Amino acid sequence: MTVHNIRHGDASDGAFAEAVGGRLSRVDGPAKITGAAKYAVEQQLEGLAYAVLVGSTIASGKVLAIDTKAAEAAPGMLQVLTPDTIISLRTAADWFGTPPPDKPYCPLARDITFSGQYVAAIVAETFEQAVAAAALVKVSYDETSTIVDLSDAKAGDGIPIDAMTKEWGDAQGAFASAPVRICAAYNTPREYQAPMEPHGLIARWEGDKLTVWEPSQWLDGMARTYAEWFDVPFENVRLVSPYIGGGFGSKALALSHGAVAACAAKMLSRPVRLVMTRPQTFTGYGGRAATRQTVTIGADADGKIQSIVHRSVNETSIDGMWVEPLGSVTSIMYSTPNFSSKQNVVRVNSVVPGAMRAPGENPSAFGIECAIDELAYEVGIDPLEIRLRNYAEQDPHAKKAWSTRQLREAFAAGAERFGWARRSPEPRSMRDGNQLIGWGVAAGTYPVRRAYGEAIVRILADGSVEVESSSIDMGQGTYTILAQTAAETVGVRADDVVVKLGDSRFPRAGVTGGSRLAGVMTGAVYKAASSALDQLVGLAIGDPRSPFHPLQANTLVVANGRIASPRGDGPDVSIAELLKSVGRDHIEATGDTMPENSTPEERYKNYTTIAMALPHTEGDYSRHSWCAHFIEVRVDEDFGTVRVSRVVSALDSGRLYNPKLAESQWKGGIIMGIGQALLEEGIVDRRHGRIVNDNLADYLVPTNADIPDIEVISVGIPDLHSSVLGGKGVGELAIVGVAPAIANAVFHATGKRIRDLPITLEKLI
Amino acid sequence: MRDFSYFRASSVDAARQAAALPGAMLLAGGTTLIDLAKCGVAEPETLVDITHLNGLNSIEVNERGATIGALARMGHVADHADIKSRFPAVSEALWQAASAQIRNMATIGGNLMQRTRCPYFRDPGNFSACNKREPGSGCSAIGGVTRGHAVLGASDACIAMYPGDLAVALVAFDATVHLGERQIPVDDFFLLPGTTPDREHAIEPGEMITAIEIPGSSSARRSTYLKIRDRQSYEFAAASAAVGIEFEADGRTIRDLRVALGGVATKPWRARAVEAALIGKVLEPDTVRAASLLAVEGAVDHGANHYKIELVPRVVARAILKLGETA
Ligand SMILES: Cc1cc2nc3c(=O)[nH]c(=O)nc-3n(C[C@H](O)[C@H](O)[C@H](O)COP(=O)(O)OP(=O)(O)OC[C@H]3O[C@@H](n4cnc5c(N)ncnc54)[C@H](O)[C@@H]3O)c2cc1C
Ligand code: SF4
Repeated sequence: MTVHNIRHGDASDGAFAEAVGGRLSRVDGPAKITGAAKYAVEQQLEGLAYAVLVGSTIASGKVLAIDTKAAEAAPGMLQVLTPDTIISLRTAADWFGTPPPDKPYCPLARDITFSGQYVAAIVAETFEQAVAAAALVKVSYDETSTIVDLSDAKAGDGIPIDAMTKEWGDAQGAFASAPVRICAAYNTPREYQAPMEPHGLIARWEGDKLTVWEPSQWLDGMARTYAEWFDVPFENVRLVSPYIGGGFGSKALALSHGAVAACAAKMLSRPVRLVMTRPQTFTGYGGRAATRQTVTIGADADGKIQSIVHRSVNETSIDGMWVEPLGSVTSIMYSTPNFSSKQNVVRVNSVVPGAMRAPGENPSAFGIECAIDELAYEVGIDPLEIRLRNYAEQDPHAKKAWSTRQLREAFAAGAERFGWARRSPEPRSMRDGNQLIGWGVAAGTYPVRRAYGEAIVRILADGSVEVESSSIDMGQGTYTILAQTAAETVGVRADDVVVKLGDSRFPRAGVTGGSRLAGVMTGAVYKAASSALDQLVGLAIGDPRSPFHPLQANTLVVANGRIASPRGDGPDVSIAELLKSVGRDHIEATGDTMPENSTPEERYKNYTTIAMALPHTEGDYSRHSWCAHFIEVRVDEDFGTVRVSRVVSALDSGRLYNPKLAESQWKGGIIMGIGQALLEEGIVDRRHGRIVNDNLADYLVPTNADIPDIEVISVGIPDLHSSVLGGKGVGELAIVGVAPAIANAVFHATGKRIRDLPITLEKLI
Repeated sequence: MRDFSYFRASSVDAARQAAALPGAMLLAGGTTLIDLAKCGVAEPETLVDITHLNGLNSIEVNERGATIGALARMGHVADHADIKSRFPAVSEALWQAASAQIRNMATIGGNLMQRTRCPYFRDPGNFSACNKREPGSGCSAIGGVTRGHAVLGASDACIAMYPGDLAVALVAFDATVHLGERQIPVDDFFLLPGTTPDREHAIEPGEMITAIEIPGSSSARRSTYLKIRDRQSYEFAAASAAVGIEFEADGRTIRDLRVALGGVATKPWRARAVEAALIGKVLEPDTVRAASLLAVEGAVDHGANHYKIELVPRVVARAILKLGETA
């Protein structure tokens, strides 16, 4: 549980910072920068023991034997866990809540399907002792041949995923007869979330009650998994996750390392702490799957698209299934009468890939947004103009109206600020000494995912307001915007709101992923706060002890923590005074975004699985956020080094609950997109099937020196089809389209079309 | 990392004696050593901390040259006014190395002694074959991921690249390494891998770097360090060049030229063939580009590092021409 008292932000917050839509600074900022914020594994517990995982050194085969003799004799040793000694668990349901097969689950493997898979664990009195003992564990294997990656001849064509097929018209026929035709293949490598805070947890059992301190993007979902593993009631598991040092999609699920720690704690009857090493953060869970796409476009001579044929694959693991929806942007960005998209997944010896900022949309946009640029050059029209010529006035796939689509406005605003009209169209036509200059544009989009959340709002005796929810803040600003929402709705200063998040004992919330939390939780808090306000005003009007009772008013105004009549002709009392006069020590209301009359079972399912999430095309509308990126690169003509020198992005996330926080999320997404375009790639040793750059010195993410000033422009308007307060998604949108904008700019600079990310220097010299 | 004992040396002699014992290692800034201990490459039994020794962190610069104590911090040397004016390549090499935090911790002695970034060398848990770590065990890198490996100076036993920047500038300007009484030219201090890649330096047990000395020269005064890499900062070189130049009185004819390469060889690599081809010549772009190709004479790639062979001559030429422009 974490408490944040809102303090006023800096001067730039402005006078209206505290209301919804105000630029209030992050309320959790001071605690984080002063080090006062205590992260999950920093809890100090009596009797804490330390666990360290041993990973397989082969990518495929069987464990023959685990020799633990030396480890067992090591100082401080408490326990060696192997598949033979660890307690047996039950298989948990997946995140859709699909009933699992009735078979035991062992988080330590005998059958190896990827390098780094956990085969044993050591628990010792100190962390150092556990590390030293783990190095003494000797594992022998029977190694079998490895399918390294998508390009491995043994990988084959993979498994068709019929649910990904999207088709209308006659795409092949229209392509064959189109006067202009382009076809190209686009590849993205394995990419990793690389959060600053590695994954880890502390697990403690008290009888059959389990408490887990663990960074989590989804407390209720992870608590369910632990409960199912250990066959205890959901209520017996408490997950605590006050702060999260970066998740980017990777901290939404309970993973095998968590199971190992919880087993160890149970077997030892002591709290156990387990934190992944940095290399394990590259093998302990999946990054973004490597992808391959072929995009084929047939068009008129004037660039009007007649047909898009899209074929794609992504990699998954040998026994897990990850589908990265690669046709998600392809099928909606441009209007086309004929369309076909099909996708396969290919099994390789890797950990099962996972969610990473805008899974699906991100690589999908890389394909279509590069391809449309290629088409623009093929027909000889401006890359911005061709996008407008093929503008989709409605969702071409769902055939529904957009709820809102400010993409035309984004193109216009971005082009204007960037100075796009001054672009000289020829590749290699702009330079500064040895630096070739290129300007590129690309669009991005992300669907509005909607799910459910609930919150409690309490108005306390001293007039302050308390908000509780099991949702989380991984830096995106939940603490801040929920304080703003409660403050504005009840009519108090944001200073007087305390927000408590990150504890599964609080009212529940669905997953923080898919950019849905802000829309869901502002809605829930708004509803709870509104009904708390109604109760307050009801008491003020109706309670005979209230100073307002004689007024016979039918409404009152609450502002700045004080209650008055609308015309100001009656008493003016503070909330605290009113509560005292009517003899109440608090008012409490719960609000949620669930359909009315939901059963407890439906509620449980809503918060602990993603099965009930509303499709973004539900009802009459198709709901998405949109953006347009305008990017300048400088490419050294001799060295092939690419530097991004200017970014202007215009984005439509609907209404912004806090523009300052939205802007910093957009910028974060753009920075991550720059890394994806130019630096990030998991490099695999083909003989061992193992990623070799599994650390932050070798897996490169951008430094400050790689990032120019980034200008972001909000072009959104409130979209009430998307959320209660009119916002759409923020967190994932901005990364979508950055990599293609850079690739397109690199083409403009150099005349070379790089279709494989990242665009490293050897591809350009 | 396994347990080790810690000993704070009170004098250079005490440090040398303690470090001569089996399993003992000198500890300076710790930015290489602690890292290697964490990945299980270094397994010291005793760490001999030398950071408190007096008199080893001075930076003295005069007409004859510069003497830099082994404990001077990378950041201090980079920022030293006389180093900047008389040895710009040295300052620039340091500025472009590592990160500000590391430069504040790391020492000049430790910097020379930093180990290769070969990912196989650094991961004994997963790759047992590495001749540098375990003589005779083989080389995991050959046939593996080689994007960062050396194209010059490699052997069948080891193709690991020397990653440092400072030493490249030192080799260009004929610096010497002081090991107490003994002094060795930097070029001889770094050894080629040959059949003994485990031996990287001409330093004996019980010896310690006390200082480096760089002779002053006109070419050192007019010098630069050009470092090319995908990431703008905080990355080892894809290729780099330390170059110094001196012109005849006409301002065009090259009297002295120093060229050394980083990021491409198994040790800091002096490109004497380029120097010889250009000394006495008038500085012209085409002549410089043609001569720069000599920098990769004898280079051998291992697939993914082929780009270095293309890149190096361009880096060398750009650096020489840049110095010419400031005439
Ligand atoms: C992420 C990262 C990025 C980096 N990037 C770069 C880069 O771009 N360019 C670059 O040049 N460097 C780079 N470095 C390397 C860095 O410069 C070295 O780690 C640093 O200079 C080592 O100095 P230290 O004082 O910390 O040495 P330590 O770690 O204390 O010691 C290193 C080794 O030298 C020995 N040693 C130390 N002092 C002496 C002495 N006086 N005599 C004999 N032996 C001694 C130690 O026993 C040990 O074996 C990077 C390092 C890291 C971790
Ligand atoms: S290149 Fe050298 S350091 Fe790298 S694995 Fe081979 S022997 Fe070891």
